[in-house]
Amino acid sequence: MEKILLRNIDAPDSQTLEGYRACGGYRALEKVLREMTPEKLIDEVKASGLRGRGGAGFPTGMKWSFVPKDNPKPKYVVCNADESEPGTFKDRLLIEKDPHAIVEGTIIAAYAIRSHTSFIYIRGEMFYGAQVLQRALDEAAGAGYLGKNVLGSGYDIDLILHRGAGAYICGEETGLLSSLEGGKGWPKIKPPFPATHGLFGCPTVVNNVETLAALPWIITEGAARYAAIGTEKSKGTKLFCVSGHVKKPGVYEVDMGYPFKKFLEEDCGGMANGRKLKGVIPGGASMPVLRADELDGITMDYESFQAAGTLLGSGGVIVMDESTCMVRAAWNLSRFFAHESCGQCSPCREGCHWIEKILNRVEHGAGKPGDLEKILSVSGNIGGNTICPFGDAASWPPAAFIKKYRGEFDEHIAAGKCTIH
Amino acid sequence: MAVKFSDESLKKFEAIVARYPQKNAAMLPVLYLAQQEFGYISPEVMEYVSQIMDVPVARVLGVVTFYTMFNTKPIGRHHIQVCRTLPCALAGAERITGAIKEKLKIGLGETTPDGRFTLSEVECLASCGTAPMMQVNDDYYENLTEKNVGELLDRLK
Ligand SMILES: Cc1cc2nc3c(=O)[nH]c(=O)nc-3n(C[C@H](O)[C@H](O)[C@H](O)COP(=O)(O)O)c2cc1C
Ligand code: SF4
Ligand code: FES
Repeated sequence: MEKILLRNIDAPDSQTLEGYRACGGYRALEKVLREMTPEKLIDEVKASGLRGRGGAGFPTGMKWSFVPKDNPKPKYVVCNADESEPGTFKDRLLIEKDPHAIVEGTIIAAYAIRSHTSFIYIRGEMFYGAQVLQRALDEAAGAGYLGKNVLGSGYDIDLILHRGAGAYICGEETGLLSSLEGGKGWPKIKPPFPATHGLFGCPTVVNNVETLAALPWIITEGAARYAAIGTEKSKGTKLFCVSGHVKKPGVYEVDMGYPFKKFLEEDCGGMANGRKLKGVIPGGASMPVLRADELDGITMDYESFQAAGTLLGSGGVIVMDESTCMVRAAWNLSRFFAHESCGQCSPCREGCHWIEKILNRVEHGAGKPGDLEKILSVSGNIGGNTICPFGDAASWPPAAFIKKYRGEFDEHIAAGKCTIH
Repeated sequence: MAVKFSDESLKKFEAIVARYPQKNAAMLPVLYLAQQEFGYISPEVMEYVSQIMDVPVARVLGVVTFYTMFNTKPIGRHHIQVCRTLPCALAGAERITGAIKEKLKIGLGETTPDGRFTLSEVECLASCGTAPMMQVNDDYYENLTEKNVGELLDRLK
């Protein structure tokens, strides 16, 4: 498998301008500015089949084409570097090891929508990453890739690094924009979509770090080469972050469509400590868990995960072996969602806390008959009734855990204690 | 005593505000600057930020309390933040927190009497492949064990 996103990370000085240029860096930007109109660039990205890597998998070229060309307002690109979905740590790797690919990709996206000021929104906790990115931005400006009249093309672009301050919901694009506007990270009702009414009410594109970092390769190597990798609807390569009970956790780049079981057993070295696999969350903590017996035939692409009743999401693969208490795992995640709900919508705010409370008591020996039905009912009343998709994301995991490991939950309640530990 | 930025911070403040298309957008960087200068964001600091940012105090309060990284109370010199989310929990995060509590004789949300350490639990820090992990002030410490975490803390004076 050819490395596209991880092509530079083992190179010496990959985070410096010199190191990046030695690997062919900024050639894509030169090509875009010399040879391509924004329209042609958008067509090229559409032809590559690239889909957003932030979780939703929305086609990138199409998203850009929704930005109105004739709108006189400023236009903005925001690189979403808020990475906070539990189990996900790919963007951080790119930020720390290949920051110039992100900078170059963001400039290319900005050119596509004719933006002259754009942003990278990095989560506040990534202090080191912010330093690396700021250094990259300064180097890029010094070399004439940022600022006025980039490479003599007449195109001006300023790129501002902005640090969040600790809130998962700022990864959701409208929450992110509220935060960037200087307020609480409160998501906004869509429509209107950011493409027309985004940052400061202006047309805005929000793209994930991994999406933007794929652009330089796509431009230099050509959309057709990218589209030749992967499956019919899931093109190119994808980063997967593997954590939990495997021998070799870490970030892996795989061609879309790669067999999931083979990936876990061979690439990740199989299970640690010789224990058996019990379940795996394939796409970050928001996505429904799969039991070990459900993995046969699944391939690592948007369509196959969806057919299996879950989603590829952010590519955060959390592996759990037979020693894992699934009630405790579900409680852990429900606590995360209860902590991170922004509190605007009552079904989400109240529901997340309610689910956390019930799972907490089931795990700690005070579960009551009917508790599981109550969780399922509360969960069913959150999804679809909220401003942002956090509500759905928070309601899926507990319901999936109960559905797939029902016996273990029932035993906890019947025994009045944790039956695993 | 009235709260006010030092001349140096005031210069930084002006540079930050000038960097953004709209002044409001400078709120988070300005609060970071304030936290750096004053140690934590007290009601007086909020009042001051509201004046220099031309927004109501209520808005500043709302922002400060929405985000986890702004402290409204004084904290220890080293803020230990152990990740507690599932991937870290699968790797034994609870044992790490337990070892720290035992060593420092403090609970969650507490500060050692000498003001050296404050202990908190936080949610996923995008470092799950090297779990269990913690952040102390700005730095990440990964692949923790009950043993190495004690040694790490000894080095933080
Ligand atoms: C609750 C929630 C959290 C999210 N967190 C992130 C995140 O941390 N990083 C990210 O890139 N996208 C995140 N997203 C997705 C963004 O809303 C948005 O779809 C994405 O940044 C668009 O970029 P893409 O088209 O390149 O995928 C999140 C979405 C939701 C609903
Ligand atoms: S669904 Fe939850 S996180 Fe999203 S806006 Fe509503 S309360 Fe906030
Ligand atoms: S769960 Fe601890 S860093 Fe992700």
